Amino acid sequence: MADEVTLLDFWLSPFGMRVKIALAEKEVKYEYSEQNLMNRKSDLLLKMNPVYKKIPVLVHHGKPVCESLIILQYIDAVWKGKAPLLPSDPYERAQSMFWADFIDRKVHDISKKLWTTKGEELEAAKKDFFECLELLERELGEKPYFGGEALGYVDIALLPFSCGFYTYETIGDFSIEARFPKIRAWVDRCLKKESVAKSLAEPEKVHEFILETRKGLGFD
Amino acid sequence: MDERKYNMAEEVKVFSTWASPFALRVIWALKLKGVEFDTVHEDLINKSPLLLQYNPIHKKVPVLVHDGKVICESLVILEYIDETWKQNPLLPEDPHQKANARFWAKFGDDKVMQSIGGGVLLKEGKEQEEGFAASMENLKYLEEEIRGKKFFGGETIGLADIALGWLAHYLDIVEEIVGLKLIDQEKFPSLAAWKQEFANAPIIRENWPDRDKLVTKYVVVREANLGKGTPK
Repeated sequence: MADEVTLLDFWLSPFGMRVKIALAEKEVKYEYSEQNLMNRKSDLLLKMNPVYKKIPVLVHHGKPVCESLIILQYIDAVWKGKAPLLPSDPYERAQSMFWADFIDRKVHDISKKLWTTKGEELEAAKKDFFECLELLERELGEKPYFGGEALGYVDIALLPFSCGFYTYETIGDFSIEARFPKIRAWVDRCLKKESVAKSLAEPEKVHEFILETRKGLGFD
Repeated sequence: MDERKYNMAEEVKVFSTWASPFALRVIWALKLKGVEFDTVHEDLINKSPLLLQYNPIHKKVPVLVHDGKVICESLVILEYIDETWKQNPLLPEDPHQKANARFWAKFGDDKVMQSIGGGVLLKEGKEQEEGFAASMENLKYLEEEIRGKKFFGGETIGLADIALGWLAHYLDIVEEIVGLKLIDQEKFPSLAAWKQEFANAPIIRENWPDRDKLVTKYVVVREANLGKGTPK
């Protein structure tokens, strides 16, 4: 039965990867529409997300849902039968939403600085990044996933940023495995799941893209 | 009626400051649902040990403590309140409409507040002109969304109204301080109407912080920002 689901996305976007993981977890069939953000934005994208003109956009029965975390909550509400992403208890849900919000506020911007800055600025960015991962590692604790026994909302919010880990380690000259072994183990554990493995971009491709972009920005 | 009200006494505490538009959201939501609570007034220059214990990551208000359970971040708290106390719902049942309400609440924080607060109140000259232009773009989107509706939530106040509600009081103050009109009745008639409707709604109208005190406070904040020469 065609549920008419389309995902407007760009292969490199960590926000788009979140949605891909969620749709895969829920076994939702959908049409994937790659939006080349380097060129002119498509009419479809401008129609579906006039406010931000960004991906990801989930289009369901012709109606758009924008903003990746809002899309995750939507997916969880609509496709209830399988793989719940958020806990049902309001307090536990609030904790998941808090951590996803933390990831949005901190991880994206800080990790971008890891490959767009150098010298003192880079050292400051590394310090912020380590503080972030420390907090996240503490939150993960001994659990297999942030969601507890199963992959959940917070795992999905954070996982896409792991595609850049190899790049950050190489440029920043540090090892995530050495400093944050639980986080590294968590990434590897999640990658064993098909929904994650087929949704995340390959670190080598991300690395190649970032190096090209750095050249354009004037880095060595 | 939620039977919870008739059961064991619940302990609900809100950590807030007199001026915080974020804490105000939480107070509105609890009052709209008829939930009894205590307010813990914080001084952000001198944060209490309890606040730092409850919100070690952001060290900010508001914080909601419900029977010992601690929730931080105003939009997260609003969702918790709506799920816990089901009377006078802030979010609709339909998932797409729910997503829409969340979208506008987030747009308010990510874009509107940034352009008006950071871009207009805290800037001058060319930078302020750019902030003003960005604010106009953002307000245009809100105007389109509110057109034909009494509230962003429809007939009753919803999540987006509460999240954007600061516009109905704090914006006048910004306009007075910088001498610029943002929500012009002619340019944004629907938004201007919503502002009036919301500002005068029961519960909302009884809880605005003192206008003169806010003017004084934000003049200081603006001057400090301009004096330093670095954006906040």
